[in-house]
Amino acid sequence: MSLKNNLHNLKEKYKGKKIAPLFNGFHTFLYLPNETTHGGTHIKAADDLKRTMNTVIMALIPCLIFGMFNAGYQHHVAIGEISKVSGGFFSSEFWTLANLGVGALKILPLVIVSYVVGLAIEFIFCIIKGHEIEEGYLVTGMLVPLIVPVDLPLWMLAVAVAFGVVIGKEVFGGTGMNILNPALTIRAFLFFAYPTWMSGDKVWVHGAVERAQEIAGGANVDVISGETILGSLAQSNGAGYSVADMFFGFIPGSVGETSTLLILLGGLFLIFTKIGSWRIMLSSVVGALVMGLIFNGVVSSGWITESSKFYGLMSTEFWHHLLIGGFAFGTVFMATDPVTASQTNKGKWIYGFLVGFISILIRVFNPAYPEGVMLAILLMNVFAPTIDHYVVQGNVKKRMKRLKVKTA
Amino acid sequence: MSNDIRIKKGLDIKLNGEAEKTVEQAVISNYCTIRPEDFHGVIPKLVAKEGTSVNAGGVLFYNKAIEAVKFVSPVSGKVVEIVRGPKRRIDAIKIEASKPQTFEDFGKFDIDGATAESVKSHLLQAGCWPFVKQRPYDVIANPEKAPKAIFISGYASAPLAADLDFTLQGKEAELQAAVSALAKLTEGKVHVSVGKSSNSPLTGLSGVTLHKVSGPHPSGNVGTQINKIDPINKGEVVWTVNPQDLVIIGELLLTGKFNAERLVALVGSSVQKPRYFKTVIGSEVSTMIYDKGVEQSGNDRIISGNVLSGKEIKADGALDYYSNTISVIPEGDDYDFFGWNKPVFNKVSTSRALTFSWLNPNKKYDLDTNTNGEHRAFVVTGNYEEVFPLDIFPMQILKACMYKDLDEMEALGMYEVAPEDFALTEFVCVSKQPHQKIIREGLDLMIKEIG
Repeated sequence: MSLKNNLHNLKEKYKGKKIAPLFNGFHTFLYLPNETTHGGTHIKAADDLKRTMNTVIMALIPCLIFGMFNAGYQHHVAIGEISKVSGGFFSSEFWTLANLGVGALKILPLVIVSYVVGLAIEFIFCIIKGHEIEEGYLVTGMLVPLIVPVDLPLWMLAVAVAFGVVIGKEVFGGTGMNILNPALTIRAFLFFAYPTWMSGDKVWVHGAVERAQEIAGGANVDVISGETILGSLAQSNGAGYSVADMFFGFIPGSVGETSTLLILLGGLFLIFTKIGSWRIMLSSVVGALVMGLIFNGVVSSGWITESSKFYGLMSTEFWHHLLIGGFAFGTVFMATDPVTASQTNKGKWIYGFLVGFISILIRVFNPAYPEGVMLAILLMNVFAPTIDHYVVQGNVKKRMKRLKVKTA
Repeated sequence: MSNDIRIKKGLDIKLNGEAEKTVEQAVISNYCTIRPEDFHGVIPKLVAKEGTSVNAGGVLFYNKAIEAVKFVSPVSGKVVEIVRGPKRRIDAIKIEASKPQTFEDFGKFDIDGATAESVKSHLLQAGCWPFVKQRPYDVIANPEKAPKAIFISGYASAPLAADLDFTLQGKEAELQAAVSALAKLTEGKVHVSVGKSSNSPLTGLSGVTLHKVSGPHPSGNVGTQINKIDPINKGEVVWTVNPQDLVIIGELLLTGKFNAERLVALVGSSVQKPRYFKTVIGSEVSTMIYDKGVEQSGNDRIISGNVLSGKEIKADGALDYYSNTISVIPEGDDYDFFGWNKPVFNKVSTSRALTFSWLNPNKKYDLDTNTNGEHRAFVVTGNYEEVFPLDIFPMQILKACMYKDLDEMEALGMYEVAPEDFALTEFVCVSKQPHQKIIREGLDLMIKEIG
């Protein structure tokens, strides 16, 4: 094949040059390289980092597509053009070209900006440092547009991505070395830098902010409510959506996190392919349920009254917490990031449990911002090395004990 | 039996090209090559200069650090060339074999009446000491230090490894002599392990503790067995001997001759008719690999040893000192279009990420030497543990070796491991890190700093 030979010749030509990592990045995208083993094992298993990352992206694609339909659907429902879904997951009101059109027009630019800015920074760092382009950003770049509000201005996203990639990852040495999940670092930056675009009751449905500005400017039109379920629960207004809607994902929220059904399928796919850690996912769900049960218990034993500002979220049935907000998405795709999670199997149980536990804790007790998954995962990212340390110390102690028994 | 060892974590890599159980006498090699690099950590002090003649069993060089440890010639003949590398390091000693072969006579050894000292000095004298290796550090045993136990693994679980039940057939007397003598060198036990349903001659040995091993590779690795039977603590030493080398030790004790003959399996998917050869340590592999073997013009990797921990050699290379397998597999120096994301059916994988080896666990594969991806930082976690049966945290100890934290290496169990224990984690590593090299360098650092 001549393409193969031409690329090979180019690779030889660029070898040792500054630009080589960039070229190799594209080359290895097209072709699995011709590298052979030297020293050590002479054969290697089929998996590499590209395949691993690609598997995660495959699990994310359904969420992305659903997110596009949902963005359009929420918009059209809010302005009153269509009625709410009525026929289960495959409702005809939802899967329309009109919905997809509006959603794609909003979301594809987010995806493109995320990838272009992030990969450009990765490439620059690779060229400066002279190491190969690592695949970590392929997943991060896909995660980021899925966890932001649909109307987020693109320049904000660009700034946040630049911050997240440089401060969240490259300063630590790149993929595999970072302490915090890069996608969540990007989201946290957006959240603290541009809070009005990241929370509140206006940002979650396309068009709501614009409409609010029109009204402020004196136009005589109806307000579009862009509130999430968590937002209204925090104000003790009730969910306003059926459990089926929450599970299927016909609710406002960040772009890709609404459909618990598709996230569940993605999670099962990751577990089946052995790419995602079932330990973290399972223990996180358990942690969330336990915290939810505790709050339900507090409510049913009458320790707080209905007038309490926490009553709405505390009295939410414990298992509904799994369906609303970003919990499912965070658990499946964020908490399981192998670099920032605990690295020992025992540690993963503890880490996952605490992610779930603290997520619901923050969700209920944070008055300003009724969601806790992002902060819980970032917090546990910081604690993951500590958890691992104690797990490993257990093994070390066992060895010391063996020695003592021998010498005693 | 309570002595059984059952391994659950691990991976059997099933490859094409298993050796047929027939033995052929290899063409007698004209040259015999001894490479000091086979003896890790030994600084050779040359005795036989270029041009001198030696008998089989005649000393070629000794270890500069421990002068008693002598290395002898497997054949009789003339030393024709000392191949030197940078800084006049000795790379290889080439001996032109004489016809007929003459042997140094070390005399029959009275095992029953022997003491530990006499066994030791006899083995040292006759050049059989290098067959005795020690842990920690996976180097030739230090004769000054008494081991707490001796381990012999008679179960070869590595991919395409020579079947020890077959190669040891009929060697009962030699094996018994060797273990009886070695047993005098330790106050502890001599642990011998065999496969679960094995008819190995090792099962009939007296004076040993027999273990039956089952489970996937690395169940046959002696390191796995040590970890399960009697793990090494700080300050302790255990010795390990390969069973095929026991035969050579046994023959020395019984006849007084250093007879470096060995049954070697020629295996791998590039070999037309994989089978066993009777040959001598250090023989040129070209005497075996071409007849109904590999294509002269083929693009193949020849490995002295198994595909996981063996050494790459060229077609004019020689069988190394410890191996009883020569593996030949295709080189994989070609590009694969979208090889990183298309479904793969013809490669082994422990994941199911569009890799389908889990569908058919008994299928045999033609694996080549392609790395299937580029070198990366450690990212994925939890996959090493699936194939690593030792009670040690593999990724943590690898990282400790990389950042050279001696205290941490020691605490995490560095005294217990050898590079070959990390062959499977290296095989499955998504980041294509050189685990065995990392561990070897870590061990070398410990020898240097702690000793």
